[in-house]
Amino acid sequence: MPFALLKYGLKKDYPFEKDADLPPPTELKSHYDVVIIGGGGHGVATAYYLAKYHGITNVAILEKGYLGGGNTARNTAVIRSNYLTPEGVKFYAASVKLFEGLSNEFDFNIMYSKRGQLTLAHTDAAVRGFRQRAEINKHFGGNTELIDPQQIRELVPTLNMNPSHLPVLAGLWHMDGATARHDAVAWGYAKGATQRGVELHQLTEVTDVIVDNGRVTAIKTNRGTVGCGCAIQAVAGHSSLLAAKAGFRLPILSYPLQAMVTQPVKPFLDPLVSSPSLHCYVQQTSRGELVFGGGSDPYPLYNTRSTMDLKESLLANAVELFPFMANIRLMRQWTGLTDMTSDYSPIMGLSPVENYYLDAGWGTWGFKSTPICGKTMAELVASGGKVPALIKPFALDRFNTFRQVNEMGATAASH
Amino acid sequence: MNGPRNISEFVHGGEVRDMPDPNRCSDREWAEYVFYYDNAITVIREWWLHVASGYWFIAERHTATDEIIRTYDPSEIYKERVDFSKDAEEKTA
Ligand SMILES: Cc1cc2nc3c(=O)[nH]c(=O)nc-3n(C[C@H](O)[C@H](O)[C@H](O)COP(=O)(O)OP(=O)(O)OC[C@H]3O[C@@H](n4cnc5c(N)ncnc54)[C@H](O)[C@@H]3O)c2cc1C
Repeated sequence: MPFALLKYGLKKDYPFEKDADLPPPTELKSHYDVVIIGGGGHGVATAYYLAKYHGITNVAILEKGYLGGGNTARNTAVIRSNYLTPEGVKFYAASVKLFEGLSNEFDFNIMYSKRGQLTLAHTDAAVRGFRQRAEINKHFGGNTELIDPQQIRELVPTLNMNPSHLPVLAGLWHMDGATARHDAVAWGYAKGATQRGVELHQLTEVTDVIVDNGRVTAIKTNRGTVGCGCAIQAVAGHSSLLAAKAGFRLPILSYPLQAMVTQPVKPFLDPLVSSPSLHCYVQQTSRGELVFGGGSDPYPLYNTRSTMDLKESLLANAVELFPFMANIRLMRQWTGLTDMTSDYSPIMGLSPVENYYLDAGWGTWGFKSTPICGKTMAELVASGGKVPALIKPFALDRFNTFRQVNEMGATAASH
Repeated sequence: MNGPRNISEFVHGGEVRDMPDPNRCSDREWAEYVFYYDNAITVIREWWLHVASGYWFIAERHTATDEIIRTYDPSEIYKERVDFSKDAEEKTA
């Protein structure tokens, strides 16, 4: 628990936060050691760790909209590390660890809430897959086991054990599964970074990347051009558009991903529940709302419209899992733009342009990795391009050498 | 076949692109073909399947507005059969 919260809890005065706001906007300087493109969680986390661990503070974060207004505040906040590949598990498990300490580190409550995640197996093949995931997980730092229908009934008594005539055969029970308030994560990092001297420029859109002799030298924005020692792009669904400005292509397609939330109801669901066969995951927030999500839209699109198709299919499946939900009203639905790679793993590290670093390909699973992304990207930048071991497997180059890190089965519909 | 129908009747088949000769291209060229995309905001040509009738066709669609500009039969572009057997024979010969 953050100490500030405890202190306020014992005081009579109304809690007052001295540095509640971000610093007021300033002019852009003509040169920064590091320019970070994209003020989502990944961008601000990278800036934070650069300032905190490496003393690099001549840094500008350029954000075309507002802090965290992209996918960071649109995601369904699932944090977990029950992936399939050793590379993936090690990376996400390191992130889960950082998340656990974040409220204390910021002295600001990110509402990290560890409830465990339950993924349902409806087929023999899924049971086999889960067994493998549980073993790999245990080995590489996750906390996961296979459980039987009786244990599932005890964990989630309201669950329909035979949804859509797909009986629940077993479950992958991931004790590290959690959620956190996503915009609080962005704010915590942004405050920590700006207090150390980093500049966050909102309403500042990057319009071009100037490459000279294979190196990035400057970044053009709607507010003028700034020189840079190096640049990092962390723009989620817009990754290919930015890369094109820097002069290269990425193995990425952008898809809309939709989610929705109901009116608040009495607490009945503690763990996060997901069913890959029904393409649906459900969790209850601490305010009592139910959050639903599923897979991406079925074809690439740069658009954040909402569709009736998705509402219908997602809700039909959610009601199969929890039949009484049919009586609850939907409150909101929204969409984010996700940059999907074919192996469902990110692209981190070096790019074909020298001193231009990539934090991309986060698709539908990048919120949970925000802390470890920031930390490893900061190490990469501070060392002048030496790729940290933890993110080496996620190099762009893996596509050219056919060495993908396949997380498809462990990613779809559980985010 | 053309006309407004529910999107659930269709399956997206990916962009229409020229395949390099798999027997002769480099690994890098093959990787470019299979994994890399422009992924730009523009009008693209792509394959679609009308599931109910099993009919594959080509559509031109804008990737930001989602507007479908035109749909047509693949025979408008693909006039000849691709003969893979010739390459296979050459390779084993
Ligand atoms: C509906 C939905 C549900 C999801 N659920 C989960 C989940 O449960 N768990 C999980 O781990 N992940 C989830 N994700 C994925 C996750 O949200 C993202 O992978 C993650 O937020 C990416 O963080 P980011 O900081 O890279 O991107 P963002 O937060 O999107 O930040 C990128 C920023 O770049 C800015 N930008 C773009 N172009 C430019 C430009 N030219 N100039 C300046 N700025 C620019 C954008 O405005 C944006 O603010 C979900 C995503 C969606 C859409």
